[in-house]
Amino acid sequence: MKLGLVIDLDTCVGCHACAVACKQWNTSGTTGPLSDYEPYGKEPSGVWFNRIRHYEVDEYPHNKTINTPMSCMHCDDAACVTVCPTGASYKREEDGIVLVDQSKCMGCNLCAWACPYGARELDQEQGVMKKCTLCVDRIYDVNLPKEDRQPACVLTCPTSARFFGDFDDPNSEVSTLVRERGGYAMMPEVGYNPVNKYLPPRERPTAPQATKTAETNGSADASTKTQSLLGKWLQKQKSAFDSLGER
Amino acid sequence: MNNPSDATTGLPAFENHSKQVVKTTTCYMCACRCGIKVTLEDNQVRFIQGNRDHPVNKGVLCAKGNAGIMKQQSPAKLTQPLLRKPGTERGAGEFEPISWDAALQMLGKRLKHIRETDPQQLAFFTGRDQMQALTGFWASQFGTVNWAAHGGFCSVNMAAGGLYSVGQSFWEFGEPDWDNAKYFMMWGVAEDHASNPIKIGLEKLKRNGAKFVAVNPVRTGYQAIADEWVGIKPGTDGLLALSFVHVLLKNDQFDWDFLTRYTNGTQLVIDAPGTSKDGMLYRDADDELLAVDLDTDSFKPWSDVSAKPALFGEYTGANGEKLKTVMTELAEKYLDEQYAPENVAAETGISAETIERLALEMAHVAFQESIVIDTPWTDWAGRKHDQFIGRPVAMHAMRGISAHSNGFQTCRAIHLVQVLLGAIDSPGSHLAKPPFPRHIAPPVKPAKPQGPNTPLKSPPLGFPMAPEDLVIDDDGEPLRIDKAYSWEAPIANHGMMHMVISNAVKGDPYTIDTLMLFMANMSWNSSMNTAEVQEMLRTKGEDGEYKIPFIVTSDAFHSEMVNYSDLVLPDTTYLERFDTISILDRPISEPHAVCDSIRQPIIEIDRDVRPWQEVLIELGTELGFPALTKEDGSAKFKGYEDFIVNWEKSPGIGFLAGFRGTQGEKSLVGEPNPNQWQDYIDNGCFFQQDLPPEHRYYRFANKSYLEWAASVGFNAHDGPIVMELYSEVVQKFRLAGQGLYDGPQPKHETDKQRLIKYFDPLPFWYQPIEESRVDNEEYTFHAVNQRPMFMYHSWDSQNSWLRQIMAQNYLYMNRAKGVSMGIEDMSWVWLESHNGKVRCQVKLMEGCNPDTVWTWNAIGKQSGAWGLDKDAPESTRGFLMNHLISELLPAQDGERSLTNSDPVTGQAAWYDLKVKITPAKLGETGVYPTFDTIKPLPGMSDSPDTLRYATHEPVNLVRSIKDTLTKGGL
Repeated sequence: MKLGLVIDLDTCVGCHACAVACKQWNTSGTTGPLSDYEPYGKEPSGVWFNRIRHYEVDEYPHNKTINTPMSCMHCDDAACVTVCPTGASYKREEDGIVLVDQSKCMGCNLCAWACPYGARELDQEQGVMKKCTLCVDRIYDVNLPKEDRQPACVLTCPTSARFFGDFDDPNSEVSTLVRERGGYAMMPEVGYNPVNKYLPPRERPTAPQATKTAETNGSADASTKTQSLLGKWLQKQKSAFDSLGER
Repeated sequence: MNNPSDATTGLPAFENHSKQVVKTTTCYMCACRCGIKVTLEDNQVRFIQGNRDHPVNKGVLCAKGNAGIMKQQSPAKLTQPLLRKPGTERGAGEFEPISWDAALQMLGKRLKHIRETDPQQLAFFTGRDQMQALTGFWASQFGTVNWAAHGGFCSVNMAAGGLYSVGQSFWEFGEPDWDNAKYFMMWGVAEDHASNPIKIGLEKLKRNGAKFVAVNPVRTGYQAIADEWVGIKPGTDGLLALSFVHVLLKNDQFDWDFLTRYTNGTQLVIDAPGTSKDGMLYRDADDELLAVDLDTDSFKPWSDVSAKPALFGEYTGANGEKLKTVMTELAEKYLDEQYAPENVAAETGISAETIERLALEMAHVAFQESIVIDTPWTDWAGRKHDQFIGRPVAMHAMRGISAHSNGFQTCRAIHLVQVLLGAIDSPGSHLAKPPFPRHIAPPVKPAKPQGPNTPLKSPPLGFPMAPEDLVIDDDGEPLRIDKAYSWEAPIANHGMMHMVISNAVKGDPYTIDTLMLFMANMSWNSSMNTAEVQEMLRTKGEDGEYKIPFIVTSDAFHSEMVNYSDLVLPDTTYLERFDTISILDRPISEPHAVCDSIRQPIIEIDRDVRPWQEVLIELGTELGFPALTKEDGSAKFKGYEDFIVNWEKSPGIGFLAGFRGTQGEKSLVGEPNPNQWQDYIDNGCFFQQDLPPEHRYYRFANKSYLEWAASVGFNAHDGPIVMELYSEVVQKFRLAGQGLYDGPQPKHETDKQRLIKYFDPLPFWYQPIEESRVDNEEYTFHAVNQRPMFMYHSWDSQNSWLRQIMAQNYLYMNRAKGVSMGIEDMSWVWLESHNGKVRCQVKLMEGCNPDTVWTWNAIGKQSGAWGLDKDAPESTRGFLMNHLISELLPAQDGERSLTNSDPVTGQAAWYDLKVKITPAKLGETGVYPTFDTIKPLPGMSDSPDTLRYATHEPVNLVRSIKDTLTKGGL
């Protein structure tokens, strides 16, 4: 199994629901608490496994706004695992989830330097590294209703922009979406083979328009044009009811 | 406890489910009212998730809802009743604890005296609460007309614009048909009305390939995923909408059948200048509205189903009256060249090509991509239809339209576009949510003051249909403290909370004794002109008494308003109380289901606080309200829960529509059910009754639906709801201004001129009033604001998780524009209006109309409030635009001071603001103006330096030795 996420940039409105749901679940989760520093103070910050970045592309008036949720990509070739000197960071054999064994981590930060996605979060209160667990403490919990055995971010997403599943299964929803919507990996050039994929904004065809019937006779003045239209409608209404039959 | 999954996954049991319990309730992190499931562990919240079965959010939850834990953890929670320390000044923040008994005795005594002498001496205004049916009932029983909620400074323009035009509106009264729409136009900022339903809907639209057009000066939020962004100049949306009307008419793109059958387009407008008939609709001797029957070329009642009414034409009445059909009036008005795209392009900032194209795109979808739903139905006239014909163009508009002084007419203009396209309550368009649509307008008149110890005859707020319904005295002067329903704001259907403090301190129209506020931050972000409002609250008369002698605030948190109160009654959080979300109030229905819901206590209260609804019932009983007491003066109800179950508005109809009847077997109408609360709880804390397929569309004219709606009390009768393209109600007020109305007329010239100018029975556009009164050469920028999606309507800010996303607001402006003015990214600038100036920090961006600057609202806080440290960025760098906005219009000679509001509805005109920007001098940094740091309250705990919230010790997943040895780069 290769578990991971698909994130749809066509529908992500950047609302931060996924980020807060993640924070909420995981602060009492397997690597909780997720410490908050100066929560009511001058520089509030804390441990978050999922952060939303907002970008503008192109210049006014052709600008677009892109919202990009970023969390651990659960890379196939995870540099964070390779560099870990204590063996705390690992990629699970069974499902490919990249985790940090809290009991083995010494908080050296090497993994955070190795990760190009900024997915690693050092808990300064505890001195250990934390990160997205893909809600490993939800997805296998048979005490939860089956439909709830998903990462908290996926459960909560109001625009259904997040999908969870097995990329090894070609028929899974995530595999299908990537295939059909041109899903891509973030920064493949760094070579870590991220499992998570992003779906690009959908292309829309140009919207058709109703046929212009307005008189383009530029010489007539406005009130003449108006009277001419009204005259036309007066004619039309004599027969309008013929088409207003019972239907 | 062993997790049964151990065997299959080899994982430890992460959660001890035997210690956990899951309860349902209704979210209150904003006004959206989503269903939630709360997992509790040792009376602490483990997890809050959306309730999948719930009609509003269908399982999803936004950032606010997910941050509920931190609301519960907030150090700003009030812990006990407080009294301003005798001898200290109001606003100094010196309080001492007082017992509930003493507090209620003190308040009860004061209120008793007021009620016995002059009930209007109590002004009771509530903020963003969702229990207006209860607070309105309370005010009505008390006998004060001085009650309203926050709608007057939020979205009354949308409610009124809709209810006086199409019998429904946006958000709570109607919503886009997300499943079937093929074209969606969103006007202005609308990120939380409503939060999750719009997000759910946008995803459906995108999946279905619908086009999403965002008309907004700023491209943030939902606009990010729009297929087209139309970066309009603030306040010109009405002009854009009417230009759409121009294009549609000019190209013969309107729904003839729809207009003929369901609107007043065929009714006849009398042209009789200088008489009381001018602009009125033509009626027969029995007061029946008439139309011209094309078959017989004679006048027939509009309701005569055998007639073939003319949509166009000029006619002569029985007594020689000059008549034109409404549609003819309308066509002549909007075909005028002033509405041609090329003539509105400069004012709106949208090219003529774009305007014409958008109108024709919508027309194409409406008429070339119509959809049908094969469900037979019968219309009000008895005509049978095989199917519902859909015009799949949907729209949504809210505060961006509402918060301008031209918002009422702009809202009407948007509805006019919808009606021309046949895109109201037809499949794929804008669907009403029961109990809407309602007749125009709902038959509730605003209450007028009665005597001492006497309840009002109706709720304080209602729907005026003529000048006779104004709440004014015999001299035509306002009877309400906020001047709602006076000549200055005749259709002020939500009251004018933003004027209460200013008016009361001036004694205009009179002074009051007690101001009681609930969940309303009137000394900060909910008031215009914040610094001066704080000054007003401190102002004393010659007698040494405060101009507003007594201020009572009920809130759950240490807000800036709490600091300016004399008596503070601490409320609970939403997880600690019973509550109703009633159809009598602001319904949560879906287009195809009647819904309401409740809250139940999830967490035991750990402080000396009480739910405000309990306090209201107790106070009302103590005061002897007829609805709450028996003849011997004893209580009719044992408290709030008992009241909700057993009080009936009319026989069988109460606050909760579900599980009525003695066994809970009836819906909507039925006897009180003693187990009603439990029945709700057992059903996930909500009630949902789906409408049958034949009741889902065209409900304004759907015979079977209308009969049913009348039978369950939604509407007073089962006649058709005729959409009013032309508003005779509005025309009556104009006639009054012209001195031609057979009834009350204003005596002040200012009022007359305003009525003549703004009460156009057909929608029209005018420059926002403040803009028309300031020097636009000097104040070149429009300034607007919005709340971020993760905070909108989340009034306990700052939540410790949400403020990590944003703790400072910036002034955003168009990058090229900023560069051209020498303004750098992150530099400090002065922002100045006719009313004052603020210093703030700039961020440059692309997605902003070049003539507009904007910021996130209500991020700026007064130092010390909300449990924040005194050096929190909210108070050192965050700012309020409110300081720049006056509650009064810039003065003009020969005119009394006038509210900065929509002249029709009294809606606060927040977004009319014009400003200038100048770079701050070197060394000028930090926010201006600054305020004293608010002192902490007695009983409040210090805010922690770090937070490590968890409901249990983490169960670590240990990496096996084998895995460590065989992999991991060793």
